[in-house]
Amino acid sequence: MSALLDVRNLVKDFPGAGGWFGRASSVRAVDDVSFSVEAGETFGLVGESGSGKTTTGRCLLRLIEPTSGDIRIKDMDVRALSSGDLRRARRHFQIIFQDPYSSLNPRMRVGTIVREPLDIHKIGTADERAARVQQLFDLVGLDPEATRKYPHEFSGGQRQRIGIARALALEPSLVVCDEPVSALDVSVQAQVVNLLLDLQQRLGLTYLFIAHDLRLVRQICNRVAVMYRGRLVEVATAEELFTSPAHPYTQALLSAMPRLQPGQKLERIPYDGANFKPMPLREVSKGHFAAV
Amino acid sequence: MPDAPLLDVTDLRTVFRLAGGRGPEAVAVDGISFHINRGETLGLVGESGSGKSVTAMSIIRLVSPPGRIAGGRVLFGGRDLLTLNEEHMRQVRGRRIGFVFQEPMVALNPVYTIGFQIEETLKVHTLAKGEAARKRAIELLEAVRVPDPARRAKAYPHQLSGGLRQRAMLALALAAEPSLLIADEPTTALDVTVQAEVLDLLRDLRKQFGLSMLLITHDLGVVAEMADRVAVMYCGRIVEEAQTATLLSQPAHPYTRGLIASVPHGTSGQRLASIPGTVPPLGKFGEGCTFTPRCPERFEPCPTVVPGTTTIEDGHTVRCHLHSAKTVSRGHS
Repeated sequence: MSALLDVRNLVKDFPGAGGWFGRASSVRAVDDVSFSVEAGETFGLVGESGSGKTTTGRCLLRLIEPTSGDIRIKDMDVRALSSGDLRRARRHFQIIFQDPYSSLNPRMRVGTIVREPLDIHKIGTADERAARVQQLFDLVGLDPEATRKYPHEFSGGQRQRIGIARALALEPSLVVCDEPVSALDVSVQAQVVNLLLDLQQRLGLTYLFIAHDLRLVRQICNRVAVMYRGRLVEVATAEELFTSPAHPYTQALLSAMPRLQPGQKLERIPYDGANFKPMPLREVSKGHFAAV
Repeated sequence: MPDAPLLDVTDLRTVFRLAGGRGPEAVAVDGISFHINRGETLGLVGESGSGKSVTAMSIIRLVSPPGRIAGGRVLFGGRDLLTLNEEHMRQVRGRRIGFVFQEPMVALNPVYTIGFQIEETLKVHTLAKGEAARKRAIELLEAVRVPDPARRAKAYPHQLSGGLRQRAMLALALAAEPSLLIADEPTTALDVTVQAEVLDLLRDLRKQFGLSMLLITHDLGVVAEMADRVAVMYCGRIVEEAQTATLLSQPAHPYTRGLIASVPHGTSGQRLASIPGTVPPLGKFGEGCTFTPRCPERFEPCPTVVPGTTTIEDGHTVRCHLHSAKTVSRGHS
């Protein structure tokens, strides 16, 4: 097996907020993060807000420029690409955003939104592009007749389908899904997740799935990485991570998950962030890495 | 005879005029009835657009045009809130009924310190003033487990993290020692570890203050942890109501079953069960049972006849033709 995505020692510093006197020191949002994702895999990246998971996802696609580190997608050195090459390479890696309300241009017809990547990459003739848009609408379960409507005419779940159609227009191999269903109701969430799983099977997609819903991550991810304060603290198969978490933070996180069985409340395991020390990951059992 | 419930809602109806107030009226809350006993927590669950928040706003009479409360009775401590004049209502709202929302920034005033806002609440409700109010505000912040409360009392809302803001809003809601707390998605915007802390806190406060609670949420996990009973809402109607354990283990309504099945249950690599379709928009709820278009078990009467309420067992009711049919056939045999 070869890795489709390989990330080594990724670091992202943001400049500190000004302050009245002089410059505050910079904030390290992503701190020495390394992992790789196999082709066809769904790799989960979980953590709380501010843990650096979204920044990591965006650095991989260079939507945010990383401070240092190596990113390889299909043997392509992403950080070495010139801006023109990066634009051309972007067809191989796409992103689906959390908020289906703010990520679609309200003044564009949805057909145009989905066609835009084809226009930008100059793929096919006008007729071929139109046919492709119809095909994409059909693929994500939207009425192909609806291409002339505007985003506000669709529900949240349908908008997310439009976002997915746009992301898939160029047949990418890697899709970063940044909290793709957390803004949706639970029943609609299930529809969109199932769609993502179907598309993965049909098109052989690889997902980096960024989420905070641990139940969802457990259900759909092959492997999961847990982030805390910009660092990976644990990486394991979903099954392993949820049944035998090794890092105290992961244990605390799992114990905080609300469960559906009333009265079977697990004892909460507290985690004192003051004790957190950045440590390298080490293999605690086969394929299970933890910063302990 | 047991004590009368603290809150007893009968046939509550709230309507909204569509098209910016110029269109026809649409029913958002369609004649719902439920009660909350003293010290009890009722979970109100449903997807967005089901009418949960409008129900809460109707109870405290904060529905404003183009919406209006069109009928029903809201008995709170024996008095009908819907017939109180605005001055009396103000003494109930915020004093006897406290509320917390999903987004603390809408409840907290950004230009005043947390401590000042709590002191004001105490003063307005003539509970304490001056130095006593200052002391009480710090006590309240301590009660909701804000670390270093004396210092945090001097902070402005934007200087606090999401979890701390949620706690500050709780302290504010509890300042007047209400007997009922309405919590509308109180932990939805929080991280899971912070959510767990806030839920633990709510549980403790419930005991400490003897609070009754109306907990509005879309998260069945939160309901499982917090609620004694659950009412499931769909398109402005309560379609099922039961003790929490009963509802989760023996759901009777196909909608409830769908909601429970949609929650990822953590078996790796499986598709999620989903409910097809979406909640129809206000004004397009349709005839008969409004769940019909999405229901996997629909049959002849569903699209045209509104199902009545069937009692499955004591305290477990459902509005679904599957069950009214069963009752009828049982009656025949």
